[in-house]
Amino acid sequence: MDFGDSPDEAAFRTRLRDWLRDNNPGLPASSTDDAYWAGMADWHRSLYEAGFFGMTWPTEIGGQGLPSVYDVIVDDELAAAGAPPRPSLGYLVQGILEHGNADIQARFLPGIVNGRDRWCQGFSEPDAGSDLAALRTRADRDGDEYVLTGHKVWTSYSDDADWCMVLARTDHEVKKHKGISAFAVPMDQPGIEQRPLKMINGITKEFGEVIFDGARVSAENMIGEPGEGWPLAMTVVSHEREPGELGFVSRYRKIVKDLTATVNADPASFGPEARRDLGWAMVEAEMLRLHVCRRLSDRLDGIEHGPDGSVDKLLMTETEQTVGHAAVSVGGSGHGGTDDTWLKVYLYSRAQSVMGGTSQIQRNLVAQRILGLPS
Amino acid sequence: MDVRLSDEQQALRDSVAKVTADLGPGSVGGLDDVERAAKLDAAIAAAGWRELRMDDDGAPLASGVEAAIVAEELARGLADAAFVGPVLAGDLRRLAGAPEANDVETVAFAAELDDIACLAADASPDGVVAIDAAAAGTALAFTPAPGGHALVELDLTAEREAVDLTRPSAVFSGTASRRALHGTFVADADHVGWQALGLALTCADLVGAMRGAVELTVDYAAERRQYGTEIGSFQAVQHLLADAHVAAEGSASATLHAAWAVDALEPHEARHAGHVAKAYCVRAARSVCETAIQVHGGIGNTWECLAHVYLRRALLSSDVLGGAGASLEHVLARVLDDVSEDREIGADHGLR
Repeated sequence: MDFGDSPDEAAFRTRLRDWLRDNNPGLPASSTDDAYWAGMADWHRSLYEAGFFGMTWPTEIGGQGLPSVYDVIVDDELAAAGAPPRPSLGYLVQGILEHGNADIQARFLPGIVNGRDRWCQGFSEPDAGSDLAALRTRADRDGDEYVLTGHKVWTSYSDDADWCMVLARTDHEVKKHKGISAFAVPMDQPGIEQRPLKMINGITKEFGEVIFDGARVSAENMIGEPGEGWPLAMTVVSHEREPGELGFVSRYRKIVKDLTATVNADPASFGPEARRDLGWAMVEAEMLRLHVCRRLSDRLDGIEHGPDGSVDKLLMTETEQTVGHAAVSVGGSGHGGTDDTWLKVYLYSRAQSVMGGTSQIQRNLVAQRILGLPS
Repeated sequence: MDVRLSDEQQALRDSVAKVTADLGPGSVGGLDDVERAAKLDAAIAAAGWRELRMDDDGAPLASGVEAAIVAEELARGLADAAFVGPVLAGDLRRLAGAPEANDVETVAFAAELDDIACLAADASPDGVVAIDAAAAGTALAFTPAPGGHALVELDLTAEREAVDLTRPSAVFSGTASRRALHGTFVADADHVGWQALGLALTCADLVGAMRGAVELTVDYAAERRQYGTEIGSFQAVQHLLADAHVAAEGSASATLHAAWAVDALEPHEARHAGHVAKAYCVRAARSVCETAIQVHGGIGNTWECLAHVYLRRALLSSDVLGGAGASLEHVLARVLDDVSEDREIGADHGLR
């Protein structure tokens, strides 16, 4: 039982800390500016080239092949340096690692890890949100290809993406969970229309909807077997629920750090309410960091997929939304033409209890699969 | 980093769980079974758990992690026997260079419970509270000494009161016979380190209370039928219990770190870890125990239901060494330039 670094871990931490001193791109704390996402692509490549990205992934795909807890060190040091968080791609990588064949892995994983290819995730549809298995996008076989028809929505980064991991129905005769397959679909083709969606904080960069109307994908781009789309989706969303996989702890701690500096710059302007909200944000961000230490330690002997990801998702959501409250409490809500950066951070935090599975769904999973309550 | 419990630590957890399963009260009625309570006390004494922080060649016998494991399991099983008080007393004697106590001993806290009582030579102990006083004959308090404190031993003749039905306190009124422990000295840094242990152990107690309350309530929800079905099948009930489980898990993560920090980090860092955990656990424990009462419905509002026993236990553990507001202030004081961390403990800066 040791929260401290082993000698190897300590050496790695020092190396990363030294590197960050010269290589922090200084992106804003808020992940809500369109400029931020352009900067993130460069940041991804920079981290990768220095050997600080994909710490726990296999070396064959460009990862570092290190134990699970190295991600804690990366997040610690990014937060301490006030650097941007690491790109959140673990769910795609794990999904393909666990379900894709050797050919799929070799063709797609290195480009995801090294930042060459941008990906989005075509899961949700207008009538298939929480009830994902109700999705209606279809993939119809035509020779060596499939033809895609359907409508995906709330798709993050669809405007920048080179590839989309699409869930589509390939078998209409079986039960809804069984007839879904997954594909790696190239986005740059005539049968795909991408439209940005404006989020509640006003940004247009993150969210999009994607219309497939006769888009084509090679049968060789199917990830997993026909009908394996649902288990793949479950692998992907379970990782999408985990702060340790997403690297969000460093994002929360960076926001807390910036808010603390805001108070210290003009202490007389901040009364008990703003301070209390900041205090809770600190406590929550630290709790989440420690929870991730626990979870990633549990993975030192290998990943097991269980319902605990739902616990992590709910703790992460509580943290992000507490940090969001501190953001408006300390940073102000931008009335009267003042800076609305922190308002944007706050409004963005509301998505955390929806994306990757709503908090309501997570609570169902905790109650039934962990506590064993009757369904 | 590897924060998994070792096999020995897991075995310790299992053995404490077995003792409380066999000898814990099990029901509100069971709290009145003095014969059983005496057996539980004897089992804890025989296992030596109250001695975990006593001196063993210049270091404590066991780390804060082991002590926290025992505290958590005893709370989960609602053990009505002294533990946290005697362990904190043992740690104080170790830090102060005092000989081991002859009998079960606990700690006397200031009336607000936010720190150990500090009594000048001629001061009355009026209002001082000895926690966890069930089997204790004496309680340790501070008396001022240059650069720190010396220990004084108070005879526990005061009557016991029990908001926490499992752990009576003794409130001093008027005079009490006392003995200065000559040659003892607790430096300020050691005082901080001791507070770190106290914060970690009270957090562990809160985590145990949360886990016990969730288990009690999940079992009830799976059995209790209304509208022709188990109430645990209703989402409204499931979501309350899911939130309770999640709160206990977050608390456990913060507490594990606080317990590790007691011996692994320097005292101020360790105490900071304790305050982070305490702020989180106090808020979580109240909510979880309230959920336990809510899901038990009318039965939950009767004396016979164990849910309020968990809540009462949590209220005491929350107040010992300061509640959520005090801990939040300490967390802020570390990073805000205009608030000092070294101010008087328990001072109110408007956050409570």
